[in-house]
Amino acid sequence: MDEATAGGLRIAVLVKHVPDAQFDREIAGENLTTVRAESILSELDEYALEAALQLVEAHGGAAAGHRITAITMGPPAAVAAVKKSLQIGADDGAHLSDEALSGSDASATSRALAALLEHLGPFDLVLTGMASTDGETSLVPAQLAERLSLPQVTFAAALEATTESGEWTLTARRDNDTFAETVQAPLPALVSVTDQINDPRYPNFKGIMAAKKKQIQTLSLADIGVGADEVGLAGSWTRVEAAAPRPPRSQGVVITDEGDAGIRLVDFLAGQKLL
Amino acid sequence: MTAVLIFLDHAGASLAKSERELLSLAGSLGDVSVALAGDAEQTYLDGIGSYGVQECYRPEGDVTQVLVAGKAAFVTDAVRAAGADVVLLGNSYEAKEIAARAAIRLEAGVITDVVSLDDELTATKADFAGSYTVTCRVTTDVAVLTVKPNSFEAVEAGAPVSPREVRIPVDAEPAAAHITGRVDKPVSGRPELSEARVVVAGGRGVEGNFGPLEELADALGGAVGASRAATDAGWIEHSAQVGQTGKTVSPQLYVSVGISGAVQQRAGMQTSKVIVAINKDADSPIFEIADFGIVGDLFAVLPQATDEIRKRGL
Ligand SMILES: Cc1cc2nc3c(=O)[nH]c(=O)nc-3n(C[C@H](O)[C@H](O)[C@H](O)COP(=O)(O)OP(=O)(O)OC[C@H]3O[C@@H](n4cnc5c(N)ncnc54)[C@H](O)[C@@H]3O)c2cc1C
Ligand SMILES: Nc1ncnc2c1ncn2[C@@H]1O[C@H](COP(=O)(O)O)[C@@H](O)[C@H]1O
Repeated sequence: MDEATAGGLRIAVLVKHVPDAQFDREIAGENLTTVRAESILSELDEYALEAALQLVEAHGGAAAGHRITAITMGPPAAVAAVKKSLQIGADDGAHLSDEALSGSDASATSRALAALLEHLGPFDLVLTGMASTDGETSLVPAQLAERLSLPQVTFAAALEATTESGEWTLTARRDNDTFAETVQAPLPALVSVTDQINDPRYPNFKGIMAAKKKQIQTLSLADIGVGADEVGLAGSWTRVEAAAPRPPRSQGVVITDEGDAGIRLVDFLAGQKLL
Repeated sequence: MTAVLIFLDHAGASLAKSERELLSLAGSLGDVSVALAGDAEQTYLDGIGSYGVQECYRPEGDVTQVLVAGKAAFVTDAVRAAGADVVLLGNSYEAKEIAARAAIRLEAGVITDVVSLDDELTATKADFAGSYTVTCRVTTDVAVLTVKPNSFEAVEAGAPVSPREVRIPVDAEPAAAHITGRVDKPVSGRPELSEARVVVAGGRGVEGNFGPLEELADALGGAVGASRAATDAGWIEHSAQVGQTGKTVSPQLYVSVGISGAVQQRAGMQTSKVIVAINKDADSPIFEIADFGIVGDLFAVLPQATDEIRKRGL
């Protein structure tokens, strides 16, 4: 069957607004939460957005009725992650913003995002990054698959979609330490992608202009039917008790090779009892 | 008494070092049982038993043909059968995902990347790529923890004994991705990267020739790692990548060779005990975090060091 007549795909891409790793990052405040100044669209989520764009382009483009929605959850400034996604090529966006969300751990984040996806959906495909570059737990995608009862295709290093009689099948490659596996799932499904999957594009002038006309929906917890006590610190199943910056590593000895650096290296290792 | 369930997913002929660490940690916390998702050899089971494990839970039927969902359902059922308060897993991406899903089913908090644990189950981990130390706790009745290798001492095992096998029925997951193919990667015979006490890692400066790094790694009994520039170039397996999107390692010694030291690379190695850097550019940022830096050509320095180690009969 022709893809256009089969109806377009609705794709959600989850994008997080995270502190830029190029600067010093900080945990502070009474509740020991991440300081979100100097934040950017998580670069690992750019791979998820690129995967969505490539999938759409491989199957007839926007003309085929596919639609990519960029979704974030976070404080007011987090909308920047959605705006950037629209400039790169997403069709519309949604931002879940509510004071009560502050301090959410993975379980509370996945609860809120699951409710948000159900409210905005149904989606045929939910795409995420492999990890957020601040929390770095990689828990959220698996927890979303569990909460939404979706097939989980995570850490995809390659992804392909095929369609037959209106039924879509995803095929992905997943790299493990000692083996690589091929994984298949029907849509709807949840997919997380690694930085091996593609080379994300940058926003161009045309994209930046076009983004100005695209819609971003802002939602609160009440809009998606989630109670304030189900998220944030109250709804989290873990608690941060203390956080301290590690003393920065100090620079040690630097020598310039004068023909004996290999020997001096062995002397150093012997001195450190590392041989 | 605390009941601890460990999920083990490796099941070779004998226990891996990280698995012995998990069994030792669990033994210090309470009564230990083990959940094994796949097939296991008798010697492996005897190894588990030698750590005082009485019960070994196994699934009825195959949970390994679907991605994560099957194992997560099995772990959940094993936790319930064992009445476990604490669930311990390894720290691989897949182990974290199994922990993630089982935790939703159990309504339990998860903490990943645990490097130490006190009597009250307060966990310590590194955050922001090793630039913060965070202590945190699970606030639910059941705690799910994924534990970083090389963080806990592996104690000596007792005499080999077979634990009692308990089969538990696991419902097939209706919504799951199926594993349709599998290609094994070549094995190197060197220690596993995230468990190794010594890591020799190479970057773009290696120019495709990992030979001198492998020789030094072998002389030091270490593993070989790489920057993304080296894995992207196809010079070495992706599984050797150290960094934000690769492995996080904390060995006793990390030898960084021909690597500039970008933030994403540092993210995976800056908690190493001792860092040695060899780079021909004196302005390379890697020197900012090196305990011992050598400005020089890796193709001259490495062979000389390897020869010297051999000469000293070390
Ligand atoms: C989303 C994202 C995720 C990433 N994840 C990772 C990750 O997990 N791990 C990672 O490593 N990178 C990662 N990167 C890439 C990272 O930003 C750097 O590009 C990469 O680490 C550079 O690798 P390199 O140091 O080997 O190469 P380069 O930066 O090119 O450095 C090569 C170095 O070799 C030196 N050199 C050259 N020849 C010699 C010689 N003969 N002897 C001695 N020294 C020599 C040079 O002086 C130079 O300093 C990521 C990037 C992005 C955007
Ligand atoms: N607050 C959030 N808003 C949008 N997406 C998120 C958020 N938190 C996590 N995600 C998604 O989940 C992925 C993994 O995050 P994590 O489990 O936190 O490492 C990210 O790459 C995002 O795609």
